[in-house]
Amino acid sequence: MTQFLMFLINGIAIGCGFALVGSGLVAVYRITGVVNFAQGMFAVVAALSATSFVAMGVWHGLAELMAISVGGLAGLITGVIAVGKRGTQPLTALLVTLAVGFLAYAVEVLIWGENPRSLAGLDGRAELMGVPVQRQYLLVIAVTVVVFVLLWLFFSRTYLGKALTACASNPYAARVVGIDVTRMAFIAFALGGVLGGIAGVLIAPLRPVSFDTDVSLIVGGFAAAIFGGLTRPMMALLGGVLLGITEVMIQAYGNASFATMGSLVFLLVIMIWQATRRPTVHKESV
Amino acid sequence: MLRVQGLARSFGGVYAVRDVSLDVADGETRGIIGPNGAGKSTLFNLISGHLAPDQGSTELAGSRIDRLPPHRRAKRGVSIVFQAARIFRHMTVRENVMVGAHLRASAGFPSAVLRLPSHFATERAIRELAEDALARVGLLEWADSNAEALPLGQQRAMQVARAICAGPRLLLLDEPASGLRSQEREQLARVVEELKSTGVTIMLIEHDVAFVSRLADRVTVLDLGSVIAEGTPAEVRADPKVITAYLGAEAEAA
Repeated sequence: MTQFLMFLINGIAIGCGFALVGSGLVAVYRITGVVNFAQGMFAVVAALSATSFVAMGVWHGLAELMAISVGGLAGLITGVIAVGKRGTQPLTALLVTLAVGFLAYAVEVLIWGENPRSLAGLDGRAELMGVPVQRQYLLVIAVTVVVFVLLWLFFSRTYLGKALTACASNPYAARVVGIDVTRMAFIAFALGGVLGGIAGVLIAPLRPVSFDTDVSLIVGGFAAAIFGGLTRPMMALLGGVLLGITEVMIQAYGNASFATMGSLVFLLVIMIWQATRRPTVHKESV
Repeated sequence: MLRVQGLARSFGGVYAVRDVSLDVADGETRGIIGPNGAGKSTLFNLISGHLAPDQGSTELAGSRIDRLPPHRRAKRGVSIVFQAARIFRHMTVRENVMVGAHLRASAGFPSAVLRLPSHFATERAIRELAEDALARVGLLEWADSNAEALPLGQQRAMQVARAICAGPRLLLLDEPASGLRSQEREQLARVVEELKSTGVTIMLIEHDVAFVSRLADRVTVLDLGSVIAEGTPAEVRADPKVITAYLGAEAEAA
């Protein structure tokens, strides 16, 4: 039982990482209608930046915050490239984000090399319900909960969140009421970068990060985000956690080499299920 | 208030609007009439910035706006209500209208993020503004329903409320009364009259000549993308060119 609880908490923590990557996807999709395939790259850039800042002697904490800002900057740059030109269709922008993600590989290899790098996180273990748990896992869970509550409040309660959502729902009408849809898209990408950055610096202590880690992050993040139809942050959290638990349980009680396959099957099932439902954000042809 | 000179726009070689010039005075209500395909909606889209003109200039209160994107024109006080329902789905009617107040709230963008109490005050002010606008167009009882659930006529009335919320100087109404029942038409007419009394300049596309004649100070008649007549409603109705091009067709039908 103790062992099961331990696996469960590990699964939740890993799932929170997926959910954080997924939340960036949700933020960008909800505001711009673009599926941002560079989302995993933001996490990688932030994680690698954090290792460099720490190596330069910047305090832990501050280094992570700086790295998250770098992630936000990466998001903003991606946004300017992908949707900076007025009238870019979401599908075109999707391809641009994919290209930016690959281009970033070259830059990352140039700066940080090809080898995986690790980041020190919180040391030691804590007792939770009589189960020893790595403190870093608890930190991941706590930060994720805070981030998602803030996101949910932002989108569902604030006027600004509504205005941002309006951009994706009907860009035509949003412009009529004076919303600068392009600027809102930049804000969305920067927010996506920050969320990706948070995921990156939290995950880096749990698993070494290299330039191509973004693929596994985006698969998990996408599975989490699509669980909420790419628009609902809370459903993305639930999706991420379910996925994380599934992966850890397959590793623990089944065959470890099936873990990734398990998550891909999870993704496939959800996409098929989603495809049979009505899309959650309608767009109107202009 | 609005001066349009030599405005032209073609689609695939066919002119939808051809060399249109008109002046709308401050506080005037201008009716735009004409047969289907006369270029009325295209003209509105050129003024609001949703279409770029091939030629010509548009001035609002003395400054050129024809190079500005739609949201910048909206900031200068141009508001448009489309004939098609341009609504924000998955939002209630109230929320749809609240988005209309974006212009009034956007000054507080950083404060919305940083200074929570003042943000809540802004939020409340916007809510009151939206409810006031909804009451004026008679949609207050629908405030909490999903905007998609409204009949088409009411969706347009909601757009009018959204436009009012933005506090426009120039309001473009593209067939706001179509799909409304006579009682609702009456209510809409009163809303327009009220806006007019507060000094808003209004341009109104409408097929119902009686409705236009009641509200408009002057009427511009478009046919095949060009202005064929302009004057008071009575003058326009007596113009032989108009009778041939537009009213004549109706008279013959009747």
